[in-house]
Amino acid sequence: MATEAQAIAGDWGGGVHPYRVGHRKLGMWLFIMSDSLTFSALLIAYAYVRASNVWPTPFRFYPSIVFSSVMTLVLLSSSLTMVMAVSASARKEKSKARKWILATAVLGATFIVLHMIEWRHLISEGLRPFQLPAEWVEKWPGSTPLFGATFFGITGMHMFHVATGCIYLLVVAGRVNKLNHEDVEISGLYWHFVDLVWMFVFPMIYLLSIYPKK
Amino acid sequence: MTTHAVGDEEHFAGSNKLFISIWVWLLLLTGFEVFLGYIQLPVIYMLVILMGASIIKAALIVAYFMHLRFERLNLVLTIVPALVVCICLMLLVFFPDSFRAKALRSTGPPPAPAESR
Repeated sequence: MATEAQAIAGDWGGGVHPYRVGHRKLGMWLFIMSDSLTFSALLIAYAYVRASNVWPTPFRFYPSIVFSSVMTLVLLSSSLTMVMAVSASARKEKSKARKWILATAVLGATFIVLHMIEWRHLISEGLRPFQLPAEWVEKWPGSTPLFGATFFGITGMHMFHVATGCIYLLVVAGRVNKLNHEDVEISGLYWHFVDLVWMFVFPMIYLLSIYPKK
Repeated sequence: MTTHAVGDEEHFAGSNKLFISIWVWLLLLTGFEVFLGYIQLPVIYMLVILMGASIIKAALIVAYFMHLRFERLNLVLTIVPALVVCICLMLLVFFPDSFRAKALRSTGPPPAPAESR
């Protein structure tokens, strides 16, 4: 392309994909936009409810913050393995791509297991979607049971996305020989989106509710 | 199979070294966030710094891992500004209202009326 004008004429002169991406990739980007707005709405609603109510801050460093930090590390590493998978797929190294995709799915499953253990800690303390444990009501009088609803709702919604993502990745890994590179890229886009959401959920839900030292 | 139109080259920019360095930055930012939680900074500072750090992490993931930095500008401009505007609209509408709701919170029973003789 010699000049920018030629590039623009080339874009809109017909015979090329708009944005230079295939329709499936564009479809995934549009899905990601809509899902981002879903999570934004959930997180902003959480922020609103949190700012206008007495809110318990029950997460002790061990186990809650340690577990959730390890979960963050696991998810970030899974994004790295996914990028390696897409890189291998671009070089047409199908079996390497499959191995990296499977590594990503395994890390995603690890995230879910750790998260379920974290949920079990809280449920055994007495947290329910519409009910706080008795000790928390004593420690933070007047605190709202919405803590449980927002916690399980938002982290549950995210965990659902991770689980579907793992299934998606397993299917892609199984069919990687028949799929082309763009399909591997598209599954990578979904997985990075899941990681991106956690980048907001982790600070907003966990790090802003750490048990006070005093 | 996708049909490839003219000029639909499968450009893939970004080396493995670049991706690993982005990953390291993400880990460092996360470690910084957890450290701030550990030293128990006051909530208002935590909120601002954590949101700033999260936006930076999100930008790194979108630009490098999701490859948007190497895509055509028109795709970036279609996706990013619309999302930013929608999120800012939601914040603008709801956040000030949360302060109103906070001010309405009960502070206990009203004081007993003073008896005048």
